[in-house]
Parts: sequence; structure tokens; C-alpha cells
Amino acid sequence: MGIMGRFYDEDIKKSPRIDRLISHLYAKMPVIEADRAVLLTESYRETEGEPVILRRAKAFLKICRELPITIRPEELIVGSNSIAPRGCQVFPEYSWEWLEKEFDTVEKRSADPFYISDETKRRLREVLPYWKGRTTSELATSYMAPETLTAMKHNIFTPGNYFYNGIGHFTVKYEEVLEIGFAGIRDRAAAQLAECGLGDPDYASRVSFLEAVILSCEAASEYGRRYSVLARELAGRETDPARRAELTRISEVCARVPEQPAASFYEACQSFWFVQMLLQTESSGHSISPGRFDQYIYPYYKADLDAGKITRESAQELLDCIWVKLNDLNKVRDKDSAEGFAGYSLFQNLIAGGQDAEGNDVTNDLSFMCIEASMHVRLPAPSLSVRVWNGTPNEFLIKAAKLTRTGVGLPAYYNDEVIIPALMSRGLTVEDARTYNIIGCVEPQKAGKTDGWHDAAFFNMCRPLELVFTGGRESGELVGVETKPISEMRSFDEFYDAYRQQMDYCISLLVNADNAIDRAHAERCPLPFQSCMIDDCIARGKSLQEGGAVYNFTGPQGFGIANVTDSLLAVKKLVFEDKKLTLEEYREALRKNFGRGLGTRETEDLVAQVAGGMSAAGQPVGEAEIRAICEAVRKDPVSPAEKAKYDQLLDWIDELPKYGNDVPGVDAFAREVAYLYTKPLQNYRNPRGGIFQAGLYPVSANVPLGSQTGATPDGRLANTPIADGVGPAQGRDTHGPTAACNSAARLDHMIASNGTLFNQKFHPSALSGIEGLQKFASLIRGYFDQKGMHMQFNVVSRETLLDAQAHPENYKSLVVRVAGYSALFTTLSKSLQDDIISRTTHGF
Amino acid sequence: MDADYRRRTGRIFDIQKYSIHDGPGIRTIVFLKGCALRCQWCCNPESQSHEIETMTVGGKAKVIGRDVSAEEVMEEVLRDWPYFRRSEGGLTLSGGESLLQPEFAGALLRIAKESGVTTALESTAFADFAVIEREILPWLDLFLMDIKHMDSAKHRRFTSQGNERMLENARRIAAAGQALIIRVPVVPTFNDTPAEIAAIARFASSLPGVTRLHLLPYHRLGQDKYERLGRRYLLPDLLPPPQERMELLAETARAAGLTVQIGG
Repeated sequence: MGIMGRFYDEDIKKSPRIDRLISHLYAKMPVIEADRAVLLTESYRETEGEPVILRRAKAFLKICRELPITIRPEELIVGSNSIAPRGCQVFPEYSWEWLEKEFDTVEKRSADPFYISDETKRRLREVLPYWKGRTTSELATSYMAPETLTAMKHNIFTPGNYFYNGIGHFTVKYEEVLEIGFAGIRDRAAAQLAECGLGDPDYASRVSFLEAVILSCEAASEYGRRYSVLARELAGRETDPARRAELTRISEVCARVPEQPAASFYEACQSFWFVQMLLQTESSGHSISPGRFDQYIYPYYKADLDAGKITRESAQELLDCIWVKLNDLNKVRDKDSAEGFAGYSLFQNLIAGGQDAEGNDVTNDLSFMCIEASMHVRLPAPSLSVRVWNGTPNEFLIKAAKLTRTGVGLPAYYNDEVIIPALMSRGLTVEDARTYNIIGCVEPQKAGKTDGWHDAAFFNMCRPLELVFTGGRESGELVGVETKPISEMRSFDEFYDAYRQQMDYCISLLVNADNAIDRAHAERCPLPFQSCMIDDCIARGKSLQEGGAVYNFTGPQGFGIANVTDSLLAVKKLVFEDKKLTLEEYREALRKNFGRGLGTRETEDLVAQVAGGMSAAGQPVGEAEIRAICEAVRKDPVSPAEKAKYDQLLDWIDELPKYGNDVPGVDAFAREVAYLYTKPLQNYRNPRGGIFQAGLYPVSANVPLGSQTGATPDGRLANTPIADGVGPAQGRDTHGPTAACNSAARLDHMIASNGTLFNQKFHPSALSGIEGLQKFASLIRGYFDQKGMHMQFNVVSRETLLDAQAHPENYKSLVVRVAGYSALFTTLSKSLQDDIISRTTHGF
Repeated sequence: MDADYRRRTGRIFDIQKYSIHDGPGIRTIVFLKGCALRCQWCCNPESQSHEIETMTVGGKAKVIGRDVSAEEVMEEVLRDWPYFRRSEGGLTLSGGESLLQPEFAGALLRIAKESGVTTALESTAFADFAVIEREILPWLDLFLMDIKHMDSAKHRRFTSQGNERMLENARRIAAAGQALIIRVPVVPTFNDTPAEIAAIARFASSLPGVTRLHLLPYHRLGQDKYERLGRRYLLPDLLPPPQERMELLAETARAAGLTVQIGG
């Protein structure tokens, strides 16, 4: 491929406005604002006893009418969720107690701090208590089985995302809003309403839903008109004639969209933006992804360019403005989640390139301009993705590689040749599968037809392995299922079978948790605004949360394949084949963390034991005593002989072949290990009528969840990170990027239809010159030829990262790819920074 | 050639994948053990002796060198076939001096060609031309040949060998129609003057068909290996040539009518 001159792939000059917009956006720490929570609560108080879907719509209408609005200096695309740049609103309908507890610490916490004023605290304190007993989180908890709650307490998995927040993780039919406006959608709903038969069995719910849709369309239309008025007022006061003209234009544009169809490229861009931001006003779900922006905006771009109404440069400037605005949206998470999702990221995934419904390549000039925009702004949002298939033009891949080379951690590369059949295997039509886009980190779906629940939980595959060693018990509690005591195991098969049993059981608990949360959202937080832009909600007369989408999935992620593979193989070889030690000895080594200081859980258990013994003996056990015991226990000196024994064990482990080095036998085993998660999961169903489908990636949860995991038989020490995505364990791959790619490609990516994540870190020198770019592109093609699904790259030097850690003030804009997204390195927690640094650097 | 070439054995000390600076595309380098030269700046001192030896790596003794069959090596190399195919890359032989094990080297190159991947050889051409012509050239796409100095006495002083045989072989390899790129390690105090580089460039441009010259700046990445092998590094105070110096030398070489690049 690659007929030169087919595309405009030259650099396009960046408008000086863009850097000024960025400076303004990042001048201060983000702020928490109270207005949405106050308006929401006021509305709920007024609608007590009404159908929940109408209460949601009325609250949304009130928010759109009364939420303070602002136009920031020099903006061309307008609409902000908060008055403060990068500010955020509060969504107490999902959960709120954590926020109140963090009022005085949220400003100083290490991951994603927010400023909150005393006035905001006061206003929030007035409304938050209203939500006691009314949140989705509380209802979900009440629906969960006791065993599930126990497993969650022990960190076997975490459904944190949807447990405490909105769902998000969808792409709406932006193209429909551009084409017919909210007026058109409102008319569609009204027509459906007129057809409701008085004798229909679902008359009540259908009518309420359609009325809610109509209110939501009015809300969005009114919100746009408020900006028209504001822009006109500002234009009247503006002394700079150039800016006055811009404001006047903004006022004209917002007078029409999003209510009316977009009549120009500018209106299309502005209408898109209103949809994108209002979706994030309606609910706190993240990963609300713009999807195939280069496809649905292109007709407007092409028409205006051909008509001479815009130039490439002016169009690029508007795109750049949208890119900046995507970073204006923000969300406050609880402290623990903030560490797992560090970097203020909302995972707004925007994808360029790929095929149309008939399988033709539809890469266009706008696809190139999307990459150009990310080069211009160099910010974490949007999470830019590119679709790659055998027909992808070479020059497009080279343009993408140039962006990779900047070190911004973008774009992520996706393989059509795996994703399309994977989606079809889940029941999508070939046309829907071919026009997929990516949600959030790495999750494929058909836009405008899917409720994917793509980030439904993180499942730590190392924890069931720990449970095998303890027969399912931990800290005196039955957490997993009771399996055969290791002292009685006579073969590796018995050990492996026990792991399978623990996995099966824990997966069933995960499903129990997700379905409880699913139900809670349907009952308490159905979302009429987003539902009106996803098929087939209007025709079915029900919200997305109640199963209104054409395709319904639940996609929880498993991670730790590399650690579990290396661990099981170590047990097999050292215990059962070479008989170098017994399983009990192995367990002792893990408990003692290979003689490298006790891990957190062992420490806590021992402290509890000692304290229990003391108080039983009538001794006082206060805070000071506990601290002293803790100190003594943590050191837990091992004897030199013991230490030598553990060192020997670590040496034996080191010498074993590891996943990530292109060793076919090891990789084949890894494939089986991944199946232990992906296969059982697909047998479960969710309350929306869909199935579960597995993903294999941890976002950045491999760090915080690793910190809750004891030492593992692969030599990984207690509380250290779990392996990232489908990649090798940290520092275990020693044969370069192609070997790591080959190992990862030996997994079955097709069955992990909720996405897999393969991270590689490159030094910029590996991408120097056109030859370096071409070789880099070939690496991606080679991995994809072997049916790998996704690849992403950090291109920075280790020295740069170490220096950034030491002098964060000099690296405020250093962007790294963390997992499925890019984040500002200096905003990440220290442990996550260390993890990024320790990942093997290839390509010197 | 008999059909047993696949089972020929030889001695290698490393296989390096995703090599992107040693020939076209993505390549896997197989390093053969043993060299006839003792270049003082050599960054792979463990490559010099044909004997299997021990080097300290990460505090532990590591055996350097193993005897393997050609097909074993190529099974490992061809794991990267998907990347070779996409980038027109393939196998590069390096060393040491591969030509000290010509039958083995030839077998590796032949299997690579038969598997449809490109072949390259990094060598000083320190062997009988007849052997090169018989064992190597039939299976070789690109010869990356080191020419370090035009003055044989100085060449001998720094590398332990004179340059006559290499220069003669360069002429004959070029005359045979073999694609050939001349590579010059630029080592301060040895050959980093414009006059010395110009002499090499003039020689290179006199070779039929040769148009390209690579100037490889001296680096110190191999220095600590000497200590780990229990040997002394003879150039402890030598600094890599500055970028401006390299640019100047490249400009000088271009005067001979060659396409010159800095680095591989």
C-alpha cells in the first residue's frame, strides 16, 4: 500500500492560540465544584415519588438550565462542566461518603489532588446527607452475596469503577446528532410516544422513558442556547475586534447546535463537543469515547474545504481546540481509585483509520489531522487510537509512529484482523464489527448500539493462586473454596486443579458482584440522555441501563497471566519434577517473602495473633503496643541459613525459562492459564440480557492490587506490582521486543474480546529517522500478523524518567503511557512511577 | 555442497534480536565466536577468543560461547520471521569474525535464504577469498565490511594484523558483484583525522559498485566487559568522538563521492 500523495500527510502549522489555551487550562490545581450536586439534590427533592427515569431527566434539565457556564479566554469551542479550568462536579447519586471523608485531604493527596474551598464544602455538606441510603453503591452492596463481600474485602477482585461511579464506557451516535440535531431525536421519541398503545404491557415504563428522552433533548438544546446568549454578551463587551468577531461566530453557532443539524464544519465540531461534555454532566461514568471522529466529522470537513469556507489550517485549529477541551473535563475519585487510575484521566478514546461496513479502508485526511492534533497539544486526552489492518496505508502508520516518537504515549495501535472476528464471535453483524471503535483503554465495541460495561472489574489472577497454598483460607476466614491441603498433593495436576477450582469460584463471585451493581444502576440511575443516542433504546422504550442497547456485555479484566504462568511452571519444575523443595517449604518461603522482610498481610496476621495472645493473657494492647509489635514483626529476622535457602530458591527460579522470551512451551502454558479466566467467564449472563466477555489488562491496577498481593512462586516479592497487561513480568523479558511480542501473540486474543493490552517501552533512538519509523511500523505489523490485538508504547529514556521523579517541577508536561491511556508522569504516585521506570527498556 | 549443511556445528556467543542498525529492516544478529584481530577498542572482547570462557555478569559467572548446529540457530532466528517479512529484514552474522568458521557461517546464510529472509554479514573479510567465494557469497545479500585504516603498519599496531589481505578481498568481493557497504569504526588517536578517513573513502569509492560508507563512532559500552573477563582495557581514557567531529569526517568522506551516514 502507500501510494504517495493519496493523503495530505504533511505537518500543519499549529495556531499560537493552542499553547495559550493549554497554559490557561493548566495554570492551577483542578477544583471541586458543588453546583451540580446542589442542583441535582434540589431536583430530587422536588420529584420525590415520581418514576426514576423522569426524575433523572428533570434533574438533568435543571442542571442544564442552571449550572454556571463560562467561556474561557480565546476559546473557539465552548462548553465547560466547571467554572474552574479542569474542575469537576460531584455525583452523589453513585456514592459520596468517601468524598466527605476526604474533604480535608483531597488537596494534599499524592495521586490526582483537587482543591476544594470551604464554601464548596459547606454547600456539599448541606446536600450530601440527602443521599444516605439512596445511592447505587449502597443498593449494589445490599444485593451482593456475603461470600462476594468477603472476597472483595480480601482484594480478590475489585469492581470499584461502577461500584462507586457511573458506568460510562460507550460511544453514542454523534453522527445522528450532527445530522438531525436534538430536535430530530426529540421528534423521533415523540413519534414513538404517539405510537404507544394504551393497552401495551410496558406502556407505563415506555411512556416515562420517552418523556424522559424528550426532556433530555430539550435540556441539551437549552444548554447550547445559553452559550449563544453568553457569547453575545461577551462580544458586546469585547474591545478587541478580532475576538469580538470570534465571539459573535460562537454565538451564531451555539444558537443552532446541538438542537439543529450541523450546517458547517464549525457547527459539527461544536455540536460534537456539547454532546461529549453533557454526557459527562449526566453521569460520572468515564471512558465516554468519541470513537470514529475522523469518519463522522469528515463529510462536514470535506464540504467546507471544497467550498472554500475553511482551510486545512483553520480546520486544524478547531480540532486542536477540541483536543484541548477534552482535557478540560475532569472527575474526582476516591483516594484508592485515584491511585489505580492516576493522571486525572477520563479515557476518552478517539480512533482514526480502519474500515467501513463493507470492508474498504477509510483512512482519510482527517485521520492524519487527528494525529497532528495530538502532536500539537501533547496532552493525555484524547486517548488517541489508530486502527491497523492489512489494507492500512503505510504513510498513515508512519504518521502514527511519528506521534509515538514524541514520547506522548500515543497513539495506541489496534488490529482489525483480530478485533473484527472477535466481535463477530460475540454476535455482532459483520458490518457492525467492521465499524468498531475503542472504548476507554482497549475495549472494542460497536458505537451507538452497545452497552459494554467494559471495565466491569479487575480480577487479580495471583490471588486465587495464593489461596491454593492456604486451602482457600486467609487471616482465619474462608475466602476461596476449600481445596486439598498442599501437604496431600502428589502431582502437579492436583496443584493445577486446585488453582482451577479457586479461579472458577472467584469468577462466580466476580459475576455476582457485577450483576448486583448492574441491577442497582438500572433501578437508581437509568440515564435518558445517553440512552437517546444509543440504539435501540428509543424503539424499545427503555434505557441503556435496563437493557435498551442492541448489544449488551459485561467485561471484567483479568491480569497477572505472566506471574501465574511463571509461578505454576516454577512449582511444576522445582517441586514435582526436580523435587528441590516441598510445597510446604515453598509456602514458607512465600510467607517469609523470600527472606526480604514480611509482606503487609503476613505482618497484619502476625500482629493480630500476638495482640490476641497478649490481651488473652490480660496484658494491655493499646496503639503504642500494636505499633511496637508491628515494628518487631515486620523485621522478622530470618536466620542466615534460612536466608541462604531463600536465595538459593530465587536463583533456581531465576534460571527457569519465563514468559515473554519467545519460549514456545512456556507461552503455550500461558495460553492455557489465560483460558482459566477467559473461558469460564463467557458462560455467565448479565441482567441486561447480555453475556460476560473477558478482557486481559489491568489499566494501572497492577500496581495498587499488586501491593495487596503476597509473594508469588515466580519470585515476585510481596506488595510489588503484578505484570502489566499481557506482557511479561517486570524485568523478566531479556530477549528484546520481538521475543516479547511473539510470546504475547501466542495467547488467544480473540477470546479476550473485551480487549488485551500489550505495553512496550522504547527509547526514542529506536525510532530515529524514516528508517527507524519504518522498522517500528514493521514491528507492529509483525505482531499483528500473528494475531496480537493491541500495542502501545512509551518512548522515553530511563534517565529522563528518573530525573522527572527527582525534579517533577521541570517535567510538568511529561506524558507517559500508563496502561490504556496517557498521563502526566509527575501526577502519578511514586510506586507507579517506579513501575514505569522498571519496565524493561528495549531498542538501544 | 552436501545436504548435511543444516547439521554443521559452530561456536556462537550471542543472538541479538530486533537489531535495527545492522542492515536493512529488522534483523537478528548471530555473533560467532573467535576473531583473528585484537582491536584495542573492541566492544565485544568476549568475541575474540575462540575458546569458551567465563565472564562475570550481574555478579555471577556466565559461560560465554556454545556449540550449536546451524539448524538450531536458525530455528531461533526464524522465530522473528513475521518481522523480517514486514521489514525485508533477516539474518546478520557478526562476531568475532564469522569467516573463521566459514562452513558454519555459510550454512546459516543458506538456511536463511532458503527461508526467504535477507542475509547480511559484518566482517573484516579476513579469510581466503576462495573460501569466501565458495561458502559465503552465494547466500549473501549484503556485505558490511570493516575497513579501519589504509596504513598497514598502523593497522597492525592497533589491531594486531596488517590490512593487505582485507583490502585485496574488498576489491575481489566488489568485483564479484556483491552488494557491499564499507564501515569504519572512528576511533580517536587511531583514525579520526580527515586525512585518514579521506584515504579510506577514496579506497571505498574506487571499489566497483560501492556507493555507501558508514562511519561508526567509537563508544565505550564494552569497556566494563574487559574487567569482567579479567582483562585490561587498553584505552581507558579514550573519549567518544564528538558529534561535530563526526559531521566533519562525514563531510570529508562525501568528497569521495560516497553516500555517508553516521552510525549503522
